[in-house]
Amino acid sequence: MTSEEILHLLGLMLQYLMPTLKLFGATLLYAIPLGMVVALMKMCRFKPLSWLTNLYILIMRGTPLLLQIIVVYYSVPTIRSSASCPAGLRTLLERVELKGDAGDVYMFRMILLAFVLNYAAYFAEIFRGGIESIPKGQYEAAAMLGFTRLQTFFRIILPQVVKRVIPASSNEVITLVKDTSLAYAMGYMEIMYIAKKQMTTFSSLTPLFLAGAFYFVMATVLTMLFGLAEKKLDYYK
Amino acid sequence: MANMLEVKGLQKSFGELDVLKDITFDVAQGEVVAVIGPSGSGKSTLLRCLTQLERADGGTVSVCGEPMLTAEGYRDTKTLHQIRLKTGLVFQNFNLFPHMSVLRNITEAPTVVLKTDKAQAQARAKELLKKMGLEAKADAYPCELSGGQQQRVSIARALALSPEILFFDEPTSALDPELTGEILAVIKELAAEGMTMVIVTHEMAFARDVADRVIFMEHGVIVEQGAPSQLFGDSASDRVKQFLARFNG
Ligand SMILES: Nc1ncnc2c1ncn2[C@@H]1O[C@H](COP(=O)(O)OP(=O)(O)O)[C@@H](O)[C@H]1O
Ligand SMILES: [Mg+2]
Repeated sequence: MTSEEILHLLGLMLQYLMPTLKLFGATLLYAIPLGMVVALMKMCRFKPLSWLTNLYILIMRGTPLLLQIIVVYYSVPTIRSSASCPAGLRTLLERVELKGDAGDVYMFRMILLAFVLNYAAYFAEIFRGGIESIPKGQYEAAAMLGFTRLQTFFRIILPQVVKRVIPASSNEVITLVKDTSLAYAMGYMEIMYIAKKQMTTFSSLTPLFLAGAFYFVMATVLTMLFGLAEKKLDYYK
Repeated sequence: MANMLEVKGLQKSFGELDVLKDITFDVAQGEVVAVIGPSGSGKSTLLRCLTQLERADGGTVSVCGEPMLTAEGYRDTKTLHQIRLKTGLVFQNFNLFPHMSVLRNITEAPTVVLKTDKAQAQARAKELLKKMGLEAKADAYPCELSGGQQQRVSIARALALSPEILFFDEPTSALDPELTGEILAVIKELAAEGMTMVIVTHEMAFARDVADRVIFMEHGVIVEQGAPSQLFGDSASDRVKQFLARFNG
């Protein structure tokens, strides 16, 4: 490839970086709070809820994300068109399954849903570990000072959990930025998609290396950001 | 003198294990009571039941004249909360909030729980720190302090809510021997100011020195209680004598 072509390719890839970042950012936005809720559900004293949550986590962590994406994506049209689908559900699914010009919206939503469900399970296990690592004495001291359970969680426990879960979360987040490339399998137009297409057009591996460089830079930036965050929270032990 | 604490027939078991059996005692206003006894005798459980960290299985408890646990059971949540604010507990291992500065450790509960004005809470916290000889440490974090300093902060934190009665569970047991003195000095000062206190301790010399009354517990019962001169001088109980001999010998 000529340097002109490479420059053009670079510009093209920058355009396709946006969908990658969109999937990445949206996944974090939903998966982190959901992960916290799932962690609390798993620790819930009401056992059936705890077991159900655990089953969800086991499935999400025990099966490939790619499989989950495909299942979520095809679940709506498959269930809708099945003979045994109740009419009410069918109307609902028809409203979810946007077609034609809105097909891209449907695709993004379904891919995002699969990512969020999967990553929430991983975050949940990290958060649960973090919450359980806080000594019982912290809860007792808070109770003696008259804090409510909610105040104790948000003022005393959560800030300490955040510090403890940063290293493990950092691994997940960096894995996520690379995992966004799986969306390529559904035809989601992100960096992998354009790299593969240009590879065929130019019969060259260069687009793939460029795509790799993009992921590498994003992962490195994230590593640095998490390093900074860790340092920022280093003021106490 | 009014009783700040009235405990009658208090019982607590963990499964099959009866940890507290029929505990009865009162604490008068301004009185300092030391609770001694071998480890496993139920001293911590007693304090934890009196401070609502543990639910007792039977008996009655009144704090500052307010029934907390009656024959009908525990009072409603709101009343229990009000009663809890009258009691403070100083833990063996401090349990300071590590992510908050020393000042914030002390002001957090007054501002959040009592809705005290922030400036006022800070002024009070600084006053308390001064009293603890820690005014220079207001902006430090707990991990930067010695054990003795951390324990003094935790006492200040408990005092910030102006409790009517203060419980201590072996406040010097986690400290190096050379640091226990500073904590005992603080407790002595509080005693001189008329603070009502119940102190579980292994510091026999201190108990003898500062307590108005000593309670000896074993196997979940009060074996003997009385003035320090009585228990440490010529106890009626051989068991008490035997226990104390270990410390004197
Ligand atoms: N949460 C608990 N569950 C079960 N047993 C407990 C619990 N807390 C204390 N115990 C038991 O109760 C007994 C008294 O304990 P504790 O009150 O801590 O004694 P002390 O403070 O006098 O050393 C011990 O045998 C201890 O093992
Ligand atoms: Mg104990």
